[in-house]
This record gives sequence, C-alpha cells and structure tokens, in this order.
Amino acid sequence: MRYMLLIYADEAAMASVPIERTYEISAAYNAYTEALKTSGVWLAGDRLKPTQVTTQVRMSNGKTNVLDGPYADTKEQLAGFYMIEAADLDTAIEWAARCPAASVGTVELRPIWEMAEYAKAK
Amino acid sequence: MDDRSEIARAAAETAARRSYGKLVAWLAARTRDVAGAEDALADAFAAALERWPRTGVPAQPEAWLLAVARRRDVDAVRRRLTSEAARDHLTLIAEEVEAGMNGDELPDERLRLMFACAHPAIDAGVRAPLILQTILGFDAAAIASAFLVSPATMGQRLVRAKSRIREAGIPFSVPEQTQLGERLGAVLEAIYATFAEGWTDPTGTETRRRNLATEGIWLGRLVASLMPDEPEALGLLALMLFAEARRAARRSPQGDFVPLAEQDTALWDDDLIDEAETLLGQAAEKGIIGRYQLEAAVQSAHTARRRGGRTDWAAIRQLYDALMTVAGSPVVAINRAVAIAEVEGTPAGLAALYVLGDDKRLQDYQPYWAARAGLLARLGTTGKAAEAYDRAIGLERDEAVRRFLQAERAKLTRN
Repeated sequence: MRYMLLIYADEAAMASVPIERTYEISAAYNAYTEALKTSGVWLAGDRLKPTQVTTQVRMSNGKTNVLDGPYADTKEQLAGFYMIEAADLDTAIEWAARCPAASVGTVELRPIWEMAEYAKAK
Repeated sequence: MDDRSEIARAAAETAARRSYGKLVAWLAARTRDVAGAEDALADAFAAALERWPRTGVPAQPEAWLLAVARRRDVDAVRRRLTSEAARDHLTLIAEEVEAGMNGDELPDERLRLMFACAHPAIDAGVRAPLILQTILGFDAAAIASAFLVSPATMGQRLVRAKSRIREAGIPFSVPEQTQLGERLGAVLEAIYATFAEGWTDPTGTETRRRNLATEGIWLGRLVASLMPDEPEALGLLALMLFAEARRAARRSPQGDFVPLAEQDTALWDDDLIDEAETLLGQAAEKGIIGRYQLEAAVQSAHTARRRGGRTDWAAIRQLYDALMTVAGSPVVAINRAVAIAEVEGTPAGLAALYVLGDDKRLQDYQPYWAARAGLLARLGTTGKAAEAYDRAIGLERDEAVRRFLQAERAKLTRN
C-alpha cells in the first residue's frame, strides 16, 4: 500500500535553531531518506518552503481569489512529505517513527486512495 | 503539581490497577469471559483512577471496586453488556463476592489469567498487549503507542483475542509439568516484551513507556513469587533488574546517549544489581539453564566493572555461544559478534557479523548497522564505516541515539 507521511513542524522554532544543529538535522534526514531508498520503500519526498511563501487560490462566484499565507493558523505547519510503499499500516508506522520529524514535530500517516479502489466502490 | 502529589497519584493509580487486575482475573477465571469481566468493572475502575489519587487508597481496594460496580446503575451496565455471559459477572459480583470476601483476601488468579493470555492459540504479537490490558487495565491507545501500532488496530486485536479465549475454550489454568516449560516461556516472553517496550524510553520522559518497564518488572516479580521453583522466571526477573539498575546512567544530564562501556558506574543502582545477582544464584541452584538466565548472566558480566573489575568479554562470548544454541536469533548473533571482536579482535568480529548479512530481516535492523559501523570505524575503513553509520542513523527512532551516531560518524572524517 502507498502511504503519505505528512511532516508537521513548528516553523518559528525551526527558524531559531542554531546553524550547527540544522546541519545535524539535514544529515539525519539524508540518512533517513537513504534508508527508505535502500529498503525499497521510498516513492517520493521533498521538503517544502516555509508558509510565508504560501499562496492560496480559490474560485468563488466566478472570480479567482488569490491570498498570501497559509490556509490555517496553527502551531505546527506542513513542512514536507514522503510517499512510501509499505506492506501494511504497522510497517508504515515503523517508518514514520524513524522519521526525524517524529522526535520534534508530528508525522501524519495517510493511506493513498488508490484508483483501483474507486472502481471497486462503483 | 509537586513531586509528592505526583508520587501519591502514581501510587494510587498503581493500586487501582493491581486491584482491578485481581478482580478481572478472578471473575474471568470463573466465566472465561474476559471482556465481560472488564465491562462489569469498567465504571468502578474509572472511578478509582479518578478518586483514589485524591482520597488515598481504601483499606480493602477490591471490596471498594466491587461495591462501586454494584452501586452503579445496574440497568445501564446491563444495557451495555451484550452477551449473556457478561451479565453473569454482575450476578457473580452480587452473590459470590459477599460470601467470599468477608475480610479475606481475594484469591489471586492472575497467574492463570496470564497463562490464558499467552496461550499458543493466541497470536504471539497480541499476548503482551492482552496481559497489559487484562492484568493492569491499560487502555488500547496506551498499549498501541508502546507497541507502535495504531490504536484502532490494537483495539481490534484485543477484542478478537478475548473472544478467542471464550469461543475456543482456552483454559484458565497453570499447565501440567509436562507442558509447563513451553507455556511458561510464552508468558515470560510477553512480560519481557512489555519491559523491552518501556526500556526504549531511557530518560523516562514518556510516562507511558517508563511505566511499561516498571510494569514489566512488576509482572516478573509476580510470576517469580508465584513460581519460585522455576529458574527461568527468576532469570527473567534478574535480567530486567540488571537492565533497570543502569537506567540513570544511560543519558548524560544534557540528555545525550551514553554507551554501556562509558557509563558512570556510580549511577548504577547497587541494590537492584545485588537483588538480581541473588535471583540469578537461586536460579542456578535448580540446575536447568535457559535463555533468560544466560541473558541475565551476560548483564552480570557487564556490571563487574562497578567493583573495579574489568568487563569479562571472554565469559560474555561463551554466554552468547550458549545462547545461540538455546535461543539463537539475529539479535543474539549480533551481540555475539561484538563480543568476538573484543576477545579475538575486530576483524574476527566483523567476519562473524558479515555472515549474518544475508539475512533479509537485518537490512532494516538498526542494531546490526550500528554494530557494523562501530567495528568498521575501529578498523579505520572510513568509507564503509560512514555508509553503515548513515544506515543506522536513518533507521534509528531515538533522537539521542541518532545524535550519538551522528557524532561518531563525524569523528571518522576528523581522524
């Protein structure tokens, strides 16, 4: 099954981390990504730029509404993602727990709604 | 909340769990309906968890729980209970309890309940969770977090296991001598799994996890006291106490990981170590060796350092040789390779480790890569060591250990 690992972290806290610690953190992410790849679990993954460069786009009454900033003002913001292939939820949880973000933020685990499942439902 | 009220709260909660477990075991042993027993006592247990920390533990905690269970709106409980067998519990509470509990201690049926939970017909992965829930009253969400499973999944597994106990007619009894060895092994394994899950939180910052180590030891004490002639029950308790004794030394005041060889022995708990040594001695007198006694003996050899001695790696290596015969596993093989490296030199240790490399299960197993990285670093094969460190770092869950491994990796390029 395919799972999304959505990484939520406190942006403000991350911004005030000393520079040496940020090297350590990105090294940990590199190692984690490599481990995912060597184990044949990795499908995709990237880091997202901070919410201050977010743009919201919405259509209402035939007009496009473009806004700056994130959709919701929360303590933790979406900071990146991985998509992995895991046999079951237990395996996916195991990988989510290894993600460096799990120690400081939150990793949300969501199964992908596969096209094949739509077909079954109809 | 200050420390003292926190301690009082923990003590009251522990007492509530003990009494609850005794009652669940006592009721379930009569009807074989674990879920029904839990249902009948759920409200009373919740009330105890809420009230005892404030009022103190009542003189007769089990009687208190039963009285509350009865006083609660019986009809409401009845409506909640779907099975007929569950309703039987209320009848049992009403009739038998008053007859049997006039000042006397409730008979302790928890050992029988544990044997039912760890029965071969119950899936091995759910045995420890089942014991935690029935004997100690932990909810599915707390157990799920400890065992890295989703709460919904854990809930389903527990429900399924309980209905299996009832439907399949799993007995609530301590097995006959001929079967005892294997069956006791399953009970001890579940207890050790409980302890091990708690052990992964060394600083004790996660209360749930730290509790699991304490609960594992408590369950170990219970079994050892109820079966004092079983050397493996004593061996397991010794093993857990040896490990627990080092808890305070596993992290620096800054929260950094401290490897065993560098731990300050002054921070080890001498009382726990002495108790463990005594237990190991008692177990040895029975003259039947087993997995837990061997593992405890390894721990004993590691603690020799506290009295100014040196770690006896030759003895540790022999113990791991024996463990490979009695209970061989990749984990034992990795530890054996590390011991070989100490006794015969790093290349011999690495050779023993490389033999295991074909095992698919080890590809995602952090301790394998950490051991491999450490030995390669000692040989000065920097490139390969760095690769192995990266793998170990990528597979690690614990932030402090991850930082330690990163620091070790950084030393490679500096030297």
